[in-house]
Amino acid sequence: MADAVSHADAGELLLDIRNLKIEATVYPPGEDPRQVTIVDGVSLKLHKGKVLGLIGESGAGKSTIGLSSMGYGRGGVKITGGEVILNGRDILKGGMSGLRKLRGREVCYVAQSAAAAFNPSHRLMDQVVEAALRHGTATRKEAERRAVELFRKLSLPNPETIGRRYPHQVSGGQLQRVMTAMALCSEPDLIVFDEPTTALDVTTQIDVLAAIKDAIRDTGVAALYITHDLAVVAQVADEIMVLRHGKLVEWGKTRQIIKEPRQEYTNALVSVHEIEHQEKPPRDTPILSVKNVTAAYGGSDVKVLKDVSVDIYAGQTLAVVGESGSGKSTLARAITGLLPPENGTIEFAGRKLSARLDDRKRDDLRELQMIYQMADVAMNPRQTVGTIIGRPLEFYFNMRGRERDARVAELLDKIEMGKGFVDRYPAELSGGQKQRVCIARALAAKPKLIICDEVTSALDPLVANGILNLLLELQSEEDVAYLFITHDLATVKSIADSIAVMYQGTVVRYGPKSKVLEPPFDDYTDLLLRSVPEMEIGWLEKAIEGRRMESAGN
Amino acid sequence: MLNLRRIPLSAWVGLILTTLFVFCAVFAPWIAPYAKGQIVGDVWEPMSGQHWLGTDNLGRDLLARMIYGARTTVFIAAMATALSFSLGAILGFTAAVVGGWFDTLMSRFVDLLMSIPTLIFGLVVLSVLPSTILTLVLVMGILDSTRVYRLSRAVAVDINVMDFVEAAKLRGEGRMWIIFREILPNALSPLVSELGLRFIFAVLFLSALSFLGLGVQPPDADWGGMVKENKEGIVFGIPAALIPAAAIAALAISVNLVADWVLNRTSDLKGGRSGG
Amino acid sequence: MSPIVKLVAQRIALGVLLLFAVSVLIFAGTQILPGDVAQSILGQSATPEALANLRQELGLNDPAIVRYFNWLGGVLTGDLGTALTTRQEITATLGPRLWNTLFLAFWAAIVSVPLAILLGLLAVRYRNGPIDKAISGFALASTSFPEFFIGYLLVFFFAVKLQWLPPISTVYDGMPFLDKLRAIVLPATALVLVVLAHMMRMTRAAILNVMQSAYIETAELKGLSALDIIRRHAFPNAIAPIVNVVMLNLAFLVVGVVVVEVIFVYPGMGQYLVDHVAKRDVPVVQAVGLVFAAVYISLNIIADIAAILANPRLRHPK
Repeated sequence: MADAVSHADAGELLLDIRNLKIEATVYPPGEDPRQVTIVDGVSLKLHKGKVLGLIGESGAGKSTIGLSSMGYGRGGVKITGGEVILNGRDILKGGMSGLRKLRGREVCYVAQSAAAAFNPSHRLMDQVVEAALRHGTATRKEAERRAVELFRKLSLPNPETIGRRYPHQVSGGQLQRVMTAMALCSEPDLIVFDEPTTALDVTTQIDVLAAIKDAIRDTGVAALYITHDLAVVAQVADEIMVLRHGKLVEWGKTRQIIKEPRQEYTNALVSVHEIEHQEKPPRDTPILSVKNVTAAYGGSDVKVLKDVSVDIYAGQTLAVVGESGSGKSTLARAITGLLPPENGTIEFAGRKLSARLDDRKRDDLRELQMIYQMADVAMNPRQTVGTIIGRPLEFYFNMRGRERDARVAELLDKIEMGKGFVDRYPAELSGGQKQRVCIARALAAKPKLIICDEVTSALDPLVANGILNLLLELQSEEDVAYLFITHDLATVKSIADSIAVMYQGTVVRYGPKSKVLEPPFDDYTDLLLRSVPEMEIGWLEKAIEGRRMESAGN
Repeated sequence: MLNLRRIPLSAWVGLILTTLFVFCAVFAPWIAPYAKGQIVGDVWEPMSGQHWLGTDNLGRDLLARMIYGARTTVFIAAMATALSFSLGAILGFTAAVVGGWFDTLMSRFVDLLMSIPTLIFGLVVLSVLPSTILTLVLVMGILDSTRVYRLSRAVAVDINVMDFVEAAKLRGEGRMWIIFREILPNALSPLVSELGLRFIFAVLFLSALSFLGLGVQPPDADWGGMVKENKEGIVFGIPAALIPAAAIAALAISVNLVADWVLNRTSDLKGGRSGG
Repeated sequence: MSPIVKLVAQRIALGVLLLFAVSVLIFAGTQILPGDVAQSILGQSATPEALANLRQELGLNDPAIVRYFNWLGGVLTGDLGTALTTRQEITATLGPRLWNTLFLAFWAAIVSVPLAILLGLLAVRYRNGPIDKAISGFALASTSFPEFFIGYLLVFFFAVKLQWLPPISTVYDGMPFLDKLRAIVLPATALVLVVLAHMMRMTRAAILNVMQSAYIETAELKGLSALDIIRRHAFPNAIAPIVNVVMLNLAFLVVGVVVVEVIFVYPGMGQYLVDHVAKRDVPVVQAVGLVFAAVYISLNIIADIAAILANPRLRHPK
């Protein structure tokens, strides 16, 4: 066999995709519609009971390939070339009725957002058994019994009765497992998992991942596992296929891909989190000191922040880590004055900050800047890059004309973008470039502290890495401090000098990075640290075994 | 960055017809073949070389009267639209940015006004007010401003919660900058398209009022009034009333086509250049 | 109490409150605005004595608040007052006319609702195809046509040229049912054309919104047939938005009735209202305005309640 992988040990061939080409018609505003190629000449083989991981950044075509195994194109996407051979026949030649017979019977699909993928007006059980009934593979009674078994196997609470609930009545992590049960219920040969844990919190992700892995092993089903996270796919896949811009980059055994990548791009993906960062010791006086802050939304009794105290030192980074609902973004809103705290004080550069934004002095505003998660909505789409970066210069320093333009050019240079970008609109920039422009806008104010709210979480890993490196570089040049809010512990390890771990509105652990990440841990930090996927085969089992605390999703 | 080749056929039709109507309205005295209100022949003469569209119920030239009618219709509808638009947009934007009690009070009051059908409330009010052009403009403008208010408020509220507006607030920008530089440029295309729809509504509303005898009073006539004047002819097979009615429909369709095109051209916040 | 009952009760209470506010607005609109009712009834040449007498008779010398509550008290007990011009009880005159209007609106709705839903479904089924384009072109035209254009076109062709139907819709008490139906064919058709396009466009949007949901994709990936997808997955979720659309358009239809009744000289509420606005007969205008507003508000409430009832999140709370 001429493939990169030897299939000597493999069983019966289940899926054989040959030279797949997929195209779509796009309608760019103000231009003529045109054809773009999404997947270009990709071939893959999958044997019965095996799991193939498809990995790549956004636009790599991985979901599109996954769905092609069911002969399905999302939106205006069309399979224009190649063969998809499933169980020995080319499904693209069977017509619509042929496809209907295999969908939900031979191949099933698990979507990224189970919350949207379930019909809100039917009970879960009716939806779980629907495909099996439709294809006549089981009577309702059998199918329901099987579903309950699957619920139990996937460790869902109350497996006997959870099927009577409606989708909105169960949590996101549980819904994702019900969707897996739905896929398994008609006993298919193949399941396509499309980023099934991406939308979940990290401590929930590990449970769902373990459940999926066990279910795959026990039922002997084959799977295409699509994700952008190599560490995740390394836990479940036998083989991994790396894709980029719709083309195959590398295909090999899981161990080979993560330990001995042969292609440069794969290597970059594998080593993405390895940023060298020397922890700086705390200085004498902090630049920002948050003392005993308590806050709630709209006079409500539920406190989103409870007695929070942290310090940040000039030129250093404090990372605030936590899952959704931990209060980490609320802390940023309290510091910026968008949500005046009910109690506690915030000191900045030796002065006490007014609680309300409207009462703050212009210098306080200038020296405390913010960068957002979604760079594309953080910039006015009707302003050019030059206006966006130039406005703080006009506003704070009264710079005009040539002086301002020169400074804008200088700032563009700092963020490693050329002068040619001055007249571009945000819509004409890539995701990484947008975030860079936002950084330049913050820098233009010559701030002492920048609050970075999940600034890399919407970006692909390699792009995110570039942004982190840039931030570190700028920190050493400008001596600016960062308050870095994130849910991603890997990022924290790369850039933080000190860390605050937040859980349900309180800081549960706080100190210099080396201390925080060193045992003995409190239960929550332990859970959080154990839940971060590591690029290590067998990590998942070890992590589940060693946990002291149940995840929040249960 | 307007590329003429990219304007679809439907938009061309709309643009040309709209321009034609506006041209008639502006230059009525110079292009009308007869003077205003001049009786030139028999009652309801058929179409002829002399009278292209025939004559009306009093023997006036229908074409001349249509051209003067265009003037009345377009003028009153434009005034009412201008009023409803400035009132609705200013109050809507202010409510969205200021918020608080002002927003609540205005929004509840608009809800109340909108819970009565516009035509019915218009009729109720006109039963006590004198039928002058000023009254018509005021009644139509104020009643219709509720819709503009709702739209501008909704658009502004959507934009107001976006991160770039928050970023401007954190920078310390004043309210004026936020309304005019951050929000307005992004709200423009839905508002421009709405402007067209409001104008159509004003034309139809005015025509309905005049048709019911409560709008423009004789001897002046807008197109709706002309339908009323000539409607008795219909049962005798005289189509004079259909001509002004068709003109109203044509005006409404052409403005609709233009508004549709404007909305489709820039319907989202993504395209930076297309907004020009 | 289950949250759904609470929400529905809230919505109804809000509707009643709104109706009171509307009555204030209608009253204020006719009483406080500039313009002297007595003067407008008697005309410019009236003597001061005659004006004073009429004011006295109409209770115009009482403060506005007192007059409002007198009026409201009457309305709540079914007494809408006396017409100034004819000196007749408004309630007695209004009854049969309201009935006629509802009769006309009912038949227009019977035809237009199923037709609009069917066309909306067709437009979605053949989306962006010629049928969809034709339907949306028709919708554009029909929303731009004034009611009287549609009405007189129908009269001109079907009553005058072809002589199939009467140009004027006379109905009277004791008229045989079929004759009555024949009389309203043209006005009902005009009304259907007025609301059809709008209803169809909104139906299309509502169904399209459902069809683009992720759960429809899930159903498709289960291998369900197109019919099953629509029947089991799209329909239960589309029903609420469609009922909502229908109710909103029926409210729209009730208003469209005013002009259509005048075109066909149909003895309904709209005709009654327009006649008395011209005669500046304020009590009649107030009464008819209030009845129109009440019908309009009730239909809107039904639309909201339909949306509440069909929401599974509200029907099955956590």
